[in-house]
Amino acid sequence: MDPTTLIASLQEAVPGAQIESVPSVDLQTTIYVSREDLPAIARALRDRPGLAFNLLAEITAVDFWPREPRFELVYILVSISNRLRVRMKVRLSGADPHASTMIGLWPAANWLEREVWDLFGISFEGHPDPRRLLMPEDWDGYPLRKDYPVQIKMTPRTSEPLQVTEEEFRASVVKDRLTRQ
Amino acid sequence: MGLESEFEIPVLTTTVEKMVQWARRSSIWPVTFGLACCAIEMMAMSCSRYDIARFGAEVFRGSPRQSDLMIVAGRLSRKMAPALRRIYDQMPEPKWVISMGACASIGGVFDNYALVQGVDQIVPVDVYVPGCPPRPESLIYGIVQLQRKIDQQKLS
Repeated sequence: MDPTTLIASLQEAVPGAQIESVPSVDLQTTIYVSREDLPAIARALRDRPGLAFNLLAEITAVDFWPREPRFELVYILVSISNRLRVRMKVRLSGADPHASTMIGLWPAANWLEREVWDLFGISFEGHPDPRRLLMPEDWDGYPLRKDYPVQIKMTPRTSEPLQVTEEEFRASVVKDRLTRQ
Repeated sequence: MGLESEFEIPVLTTTVEKMVQWARRSSIWPVTFGLACCAIEMMAMSCSRYDIARFGAEVFRGSPRQSDLMIVAGRLSRKMAPALRRIYDQMPEPKWVISMGACASIGGVFDNYALVQGVDQIVPVDVYVPGCPPRPESLIYGIVQLQRKIDQQKLS
């Protein structure tokens, strides 16, 4: 899709939005939007008939440390009916990286945003289940950040056997029997 | 001994310890713990071309409760480490562990935060098989070395 027509269509839907088009090596349409405009622009991308980007293919991020703004969120959107693809990027500061969740528009965003949170530490406001996706739940730090110590040395966590008292065991047996009846 | 000549049928005499060692080493039942590409070589070892049945260890079990050998085949991530330990804990005694390949033994090329740098931090390892991945012959050699080790383990 021609970037100028895309930007004109989006600015018609969201008046006053700052949208910037950049050339890309793979010739895919790439736009930068601001964090504040992101929810409105995402809704316009999905709902306007000429665009109809109904598939969120990927959310990822890039860390440009020590540059500021440090992070770039990357959304890859596909319009199945119009056979279009677009890459939408959002610049985020390193001090407080956060963005709005896209789960209301594309339910596929749930695990994608959890992955970005897990590996880059970018939080998504309004996410219903903001847990880590890939790393262990008690992990410290965000491994795909450029300043993360990759060859970190630490003792691995192993499993500890379940410890129950006799009373807890009896209560569990009784509860199990009741649920079976 | 002279015992053999007293009976009509042939009799062999031995000690209980030797017999138990022989029984243990001659029917090793490995639990499947394939984690990465080493598992492909482990499967090749158990199949007809290399045929680990020659050494009595061909029956890979899906349950740790039926096994006495764990072949850790591949790189172990830190997230997988509690599961590996738990499966090891569920195996009945006596039990042995073979660490197969460079990643399982020392972390291999993955010197990073995500992988355990050697499964001997999690479980006690009896035999280390080097290679990336080891050929099936190497793993068979490792199992033969383990059989020698079992042969020397005292009962008491």
